[in-house]
Amino acid sequence: MSATVATNRDMPSFYGKAGSLRSERRWALIWAYISLIFSAIILLTPPVYMLITSLKTSGEIADQKGNPWIVRNPTLENYWELITNSLFQGFFINSVIVTLVVVALTMVISIMAAFALARMRFWGSQVLATGVFLTYLVPDTLLFIPLYQIVGGLGLLNSIWGLVLVYPTLTVPFCTWIMIGYFASIPKELDEAALIDGATWPQMLLKIFVPVALPGIIAATIFAFTVSWAAFVYPTAFITTPDQMPLTIGVVSQLVRGDVFIWGQITAGALLAALPPVIVYAFLMDYYIAGLTAGATKG
Amino acid sequence: MAADATTAPIMPSAPGSGRASSLQRVARRRSTIAVLMTTPLLVVIIGLVAYPAAYGIYLSTLNRRMTGFMEGEWLPTGLGNFEILLESETFWAVAWQSCIFAITAVILKALIGFWLAHMLHHIPSKGQRKWRGMLLVPWVIPPALSTLGWWWMFDPAYSSINWLFQVFGIPAVPWLGEKWWARLSIIIVNVWYGAPFFMIMYLAALKSVPEQLYEAAAIDGATSWQRLRYVTLPMMANIISITVLFSLIVTFANYDIVRVLTNGGPRDLTHVFASYAFQVGILSGNIPRGASISLFMFPILAICAFFVLRGVTRRNKEQM
Repeated sequence: MSATVATNRDMPSFYGKAGSLRSERRWALIWAYISLIFSAIILLTPPVYMLITSLKTSGEIADQKGNPWIVRNPTLENYWELITNSLFQGFFINSVIVTLVVVALTMVISIMAAFALARMRFWGSQVLATGVFLTYLVPDTLLFIPLYQIVGGLGLLNSIWGLVLVYPTLTVPFCTWIMIGYFASIPKELDEAALIDGATWPQMLLKIFVPVALPGIIAATIFAFTVSWAAFVYPTAFITTPDQMPLTIGVVSQLVRGDVFIWGQITAGALLAALPPVIVYAFLMDYYIAGLTAGATKG
Repeated sequence: MAADATTAPIMPSAPGSGRASSLQRVARRRSTIAVLMTTPLLVVIIGLVAYPAAYGIYLSTLNRRMTGFMEGEWLPTGLGNFEILLESETFWAVAWQSCIFAITAVILKALIGFWLAHMLHHIPSKGQRKWRGMLLVPWVIPPALSTLGWWWMFDPAYSSINWLFQVFGIPAVPWLGEKWWARLSIIIVNVWYGAPFFMIMYLAALKSVPEQLYEAAAIDGATSWQRLRYVTLPMMANIISITVLFSLIVTFANYDIVRVLTNGGPRDLTHVFASYAFQVGILSGNIPRGASISLFMFPILAICAFFVLRGVTRRNKEQM
């Protein structure tokens, strides 16, 4: 597609006329907007359609005749039923507990380790830093069966604390890796000055590194939050009763029962469950994107 | 370290000795503190990644009841699970489907992501933030949840996509009911979810290409195709390969989209390694067999990981 555009655009510039160069630019711009609008429509259609469905009554969803893309009698009934449903409230509370504990643990573990790896060179620190990156590349689907046995051996199957135990495998390696990158970019003069002033290593970390690397810490926290909120493999494998389920697996498994699909509630539930990461993203987009791209560019 | 500490007091009290011993103390404290600070990380890496990985290899050699090693007919004792898998038609179908799915999806994501990044890079930078924010939304929604929305759009009875098709006179498509359509549906959802990530990575890379290079190319009379081929692509080569290999790992090991969209159906034809391992290992309770299925992912993941690591190290060296 871009090849045809390129030839269209380059014919005029080949002759080197200033006026045609400007029109070339204009066409490139128009083409860019057309493709962006087109892809935005495709990329946003599924969530928008979920929103449309969630505002319909079950009767309207079951009615096959009309246009499925419009809502005739918008209602918040689906949302209201979910919010007042104690099962759904339980999913939400479980997700919040697991995510908060995991994010806190992750940040403490990875900030301390990243500081030691970035600044206090010791035997094996290089190997360990590489090892951290490699563990980040190990997917959860490779480990869930042995972890199922291990968590079962500890008696934590079907408990949110089993999830708290295993989620750090998803978050700690990446957060440590990007924190190493952020800490390494802090000038060495800063810690030399602190050492001369008699600061201890923990003081240096808390009083200098944490404040200076705050953007990196926010990015890593957002990453840990979104990953633990969206985790799916471990809860599906470990959790079997609804009272211990976090939101993702709760919405997928409990609102879909047998052959009866209450699509209004399913889509409403999915949207409500997706809301926290979307809100975080909406307000902290730049940190979110910084964390996303840091994996390959920092460290 | 201990030896240094004992020799320090014997030294004559020259002006420098006070500083030397305090430096030693700092050094000693520094290494102990460093070890203390990395211990939690080591616990996570060894206890929750390395040990389970080794344990997974051990599990895969056991028999179903986990009372002893799995006997093999032509492979040595302990490799019986692998033997059964290699002889099973379903397993080969799963292996093929995993490869088809991962390779097609990653290529499409890379192309679409590159195209989107390029288009975004073209428009005035004032509007870029807004567009970027909008286009990244699929990546932000947890995939298990957005797949529910896709499932509903693919629903055989009320498919809203088919409704749109019908408006344009295109015949209805059996999205999740027929083998190749179901496979395509999974790829569509994965591409929809992953392409924005590629876009963000490529956009960051595009922005890091120095403007002077393009100016120089323009002075030399390069066409825009030549600019792309001889300036942009070489400058981005490393980040492209890192992103593609990273995405290959994640896509190859994907579980949630298959689980929610088709759950392996129709007739186990859309299973990938992860979902098949889940079905055999957890749902059917044959843990050793499930462990051996997921181990088949290991070689390709190891190769990708090796090259990702090489790319990242090279990139860091360039930046220094």
